[in-house]
Amino acid sequence: MPKDGGIGASSKRREDVRFLTGAGNYTDDINIHGQAHVFFLRSDIAHGTITSVDTSAAEAMPGVVKVFTGADFEGVGSIPCGWQVTDRHGDPMQEPAHPVLAQGKVRHVGEPIAAVVAETLAEARDAAEAISVDIAELPAVVNMKDALKDGATKVHDDLTSNLCYDWGFVEENKDAVNKAFDEAAHVTSLELVNNRLVANPMEPRVAVGEYARGTDEHTLYTTSQNPHVIRLLMGAFVLGIPEHKLRVVAPDVGGGFGTKIFHYQEEAFCTFAAKACNRPVKWTSSRSEAFISDAHGRDHVTKIELALDADNNFTAIRTETHANMGAYLSTFAPSVPTWLHGTLMAGNYKTPLIYVNVKAVFTNTVPVDAYRGAGRPEATFQLERVVDKAARELGVDPIALRRQNFITEFPYATPVAVEYDTGDYHATMDKLEEMGDFAGFAARRAESEKNGKLRGLGVNCYIEACGIAPSNLVGQLGARAGLYESATVRVNATGGLVVMTGSHSHGQGHETSFAQVVAEMIGIDESMIEIVHGDTSKVPMGMGTYGSRSIAVGGSAMVRATEKIINKAKKIASHLLEASETDIELKDGAFSVAGTDKSVAWGDVTLAAYVPHNYPLEDIEPGLEETAFYDPSNFTYPSGAYACEVEVDPDTGKVSIERFAAADDFGNIINPMIVTGQVHGGLAQGIGQALLENCAYDENGQLLSASYMDYAMPRADDLPMFSVDHSCQTPCTHNPLGVKGCGEAGAIGSPPAVVNAVVDALQSAGKDVTHVDMPLSPDRVWAAMNG
Amino acid sequence: MYNFEFAKPSSVADAVAALGEEDAQALGGGQTLIPTLKQRLASPTKLVSLKGISEMQGVCTGDDGALCIGGATCHATVAAEAGAYPALASTAAHIGDPAVRNRGTIGGSLANNDPSACYPAAALASGATIVTNSREIAADDYFQGMFTTALDEGEIITEVRFPVPEKANYQKFVQPASRFALVGVYVAKFADGVRVAITGASNDGVFRWAEAEAALSANFSADAIDGLSLSGDDMISDLHGTDAYRAHLCAVMTKRAVAAAA
Repeated sequence: MPKDGGIGASSKRREDVRFLTGAGNYTDDINIHGQAHVFFLRSDIAHGTITSVDTSAAEAMPGVVKVFTGADFEGVGSIPCGWQVTDRHGDPMQEPAHPVLAQGKVRHVGEPIAAVVAETLAEARDAAEAISVDIAELPAVVNMKDALKDGATKVHDDLTSNLCYDWGFVEENKDAVNKAFDEAAHVTSLELVNNRLVANPMEPRVAVGEYARGTDEHTLYTTSQNPHVIRLLMGAFVLGIPEHKLRVVAPDVGGGFGTKIFHYQEEAFCTFAAKACNRPVKWTSSRSEAFISDAHGRDHVTKIELALDADNNFTAIRTETHANMGAYLSTFAPSVPTWLHGTLMAGNYKTPLIYVNVKAVFTNTVPVDAYRGAGRPEATFQLERVVDKAARELGVDPIALRRQNFITEFPYATPVAVEYDTGDYHATMDKLEEMGDFAGFAARRAESEKNGKLRGLGVNCYIEACGIAPSNLVGQLGARAGLYESATVRVNATGGLVVMTGSHSHGQGHETSFAQVVAEMIGIDESMIEIVHGDTSKVPMGMGTYGSRSIAVGGSAMVRATEKIINKAKKIASHLLEASETDIELKDGAFSVAGTDKSVAWGDVTLAAYVPHNYPLEDIEPGLEETAFYDPSNFTYPSGAYACEVEVDPDTGKVSIERFAAADDFGNIINPMIVTGQVHGGLAQGIGQALLENCAYDENGQLLSASYMDYAMPRADDLPMFSVDHSCQTPCTHNPLGVKGCGEAGAIGSPPAVVNAVVDALQSAGKDVTHVDMPLSPDRVWAAMNG
Repeated sequence: MYNFEFAKPSSVADAVAALGEEDAQALGGGQTLIPTLKQRLASPTKLVSLKGISEMQGVCTGDDGALCIGGATCHATVAAEAGAYPALASTAAHIGDPAVRNRGTIGGSLANNDPSACYPAAALASGATIVTNSREIAADDYFQGMFTTALDEGEIITEVRFPVPEKANYQKFVQPASRFALVGVYVAKFADGVRVAITGASNDGVFRWAEAEAALSANFSADAIDGLSLSGDDMISDLHGTDAYRAHLCAVMTKRAVAAAA
């Protein structure tokens, strides 16, 4: 029986009422009296030296408040990078300055050169067109391998080359890995591209800066997944504003997918300009601007090799990846191809030796950073593709090859520095075989062939590391931040309570699922609990939402704070019931004395806390409010097995997905309906990457797919009905809820399943096709078949 | 967008007069023009909406049996009311999405002559007549290359007359992002021969495939296309498909259109 409420119940998403009835409060809904608007003049040239910027005509235009250029930001800090990677030789990465407005050079199409603040957006835009900019064009650096050649044009003149870092992991294993390859019975090798993507949240980025002259206080309203991180980065590193004078608010946010983690120039600009103009300053990105200013995702070019012994056991993995950083280092960009990617290269398999080499490269393109999955999709894609290719080369069943090499004993320390606490990869594969009706595939293939179509079945596994992460570990790895989470639980006198969480919900449904946890712990109705997030003036210092960390880390902080509340409430109850504290039990919202019928209601205890007439004041303070910070001892490791069945039209190359099954192990689950929704969304984005989405530049650094006319987003009719299951549950052993996180799994696990299925379909027709690079658009599939 | 004057005349004569002003621009459903204005890529001084002209609205059958569609008729109306010419109704029903179909007009589409639009293929394959405020233009004379037509400055498409073929079908292979035609083939079989018009493929915009027309006029079956092919030399090559791929799709879609029509 499904539960009515609490942990495990599919409670309806309470926030959807306001989202679906137009009552949400998004950043663009915030309009402050006296507000001016900013329009950014952005470079339409990928690489060049700015020889002059003449703003005089613009300044004289109607409605113009002030025109800013790079000169106004001399002495203002650089947009900081939050993660420093150390290279193979022990040296720090090359880290260029990242100005708020371009200083001397432009380095990608879309880089802001000047900004006009005016009474209206139209006036700002008119004036921006009157700014005269002269740029001496330089050759654009676009292709990563060309960028690393001797004598290549440099994106940053003050760096030694376009190489950000050359990372080796685990460097000490390199010789042993090479030796294993020399001794292998079989080696499978695959070169592939993990295609560049644009996140495209439904809500574009928005920033509103406000300055209170009387108190010298700054407020930034912004579309962020982590307002405290923005407050710290912008306040401490860019603008020099102490935290107590800077409030950052991220109200309702309409999707993030990673690209709203990062601190952007527009946020710093609006905060800076609000003081400079003594006016609130607002910027709302257009969709066209989003394509050339939101951090992009993925963009890896990889060669992976898998060594096997004569019994088809995996003996070693060796990879070489070029990872595009774009023109500047976005906030967490260096961590994505390294610690979020290399550490996952073991996947679900007990491969004893692994060596990962990553060369991060600067190019004249938009910065690249985390996008749903961030590093883990790139790891999963190459690993699951090469395993599939190996099975085909060896003539063995791809599922059997995987099962043979599964990790089965936990905890399991991988050769790439992480320790999986729990998992059961056979269980999810068993579930998948049942859901996918693999037994019926041959008949479905025959039916497709009758209709002139090729049918293919692709299977893969995935493992991911979520719930980032122990602060002391990530500090050693180069993070310039802690990665704990916070929660304050404030119980009101009449028994209702507010949870102020450092996690941030931008569509995930935290207001519902977080309330379910607290309701379960206390035994009260979910409607008595309010979840507050996204405002640094209300919420304790929190690290925000990304990496599927909210329930695992933020939820754990909330549990810890709630436990403190319960412990104190029990003390109060023991006083009211004149019983020993150790005899007090909390059940269904009432405190009782074990073995008796004496009890006192939750509301009586909370009232006593605030009206302490009959209260043990000598032992405990009045009030009922507790804060906890939770720093996990390990990542969590969700895993699963996915299957995709496609039909390929051999005449056109068009791929249609006929069936898709996902068997996930997320550990314990708070709200199954929300989890299913998260998986659906992830699958849509993963299938979007596999079949449709492609962020492409030409050789001059011009973005070819700069609008929805050329950038193909997945639509409902591109997707099948999904079959999703998360009944396989091996709870996380190190957090109080036993949860692992579910936000990214769909996007991580689905691309290889799609490509494996298409390769299977093409090979069924006798085509010698071992790989097709994503997206598997009709022209690419047709070219592969006829190549 | 930049500021502009807006006029919504109720007669063709008033519209023609309004369009006589310098840098005035006719506005049909605005499905191309409005996004262009929003990106500040055009700056007309005046927009003259043709949506208020009742004589340019609707679908009827002419004395000669041709289907007559007012130039300001939106795609949704054609889809619903062009039952006398089912292939055309079906073509209209698959342009864009519901929002596009309820705003976009046949006159606007033909005047714009986007190289990937559907209506140019329908008009050319059907041997339609483009009726303007001043003359009648045969489809064969009307389409003059990508975004180029026989229309003079300020000339308005008031009506489009479609002879109704014995059999017809339009097969569109969509570009995955825009869902315009990557290649669209419209085949129309008349008593005196078959016409095949292809959109989406050529750098010169919509065109007729003479070789296929000859083969199909002799034998109206998909097999008649076997062995025929188009050169990709003058075809569009872009992110979504090479010229060779488009040339290949022309034959595939032609066969499918014939099979569906026959």
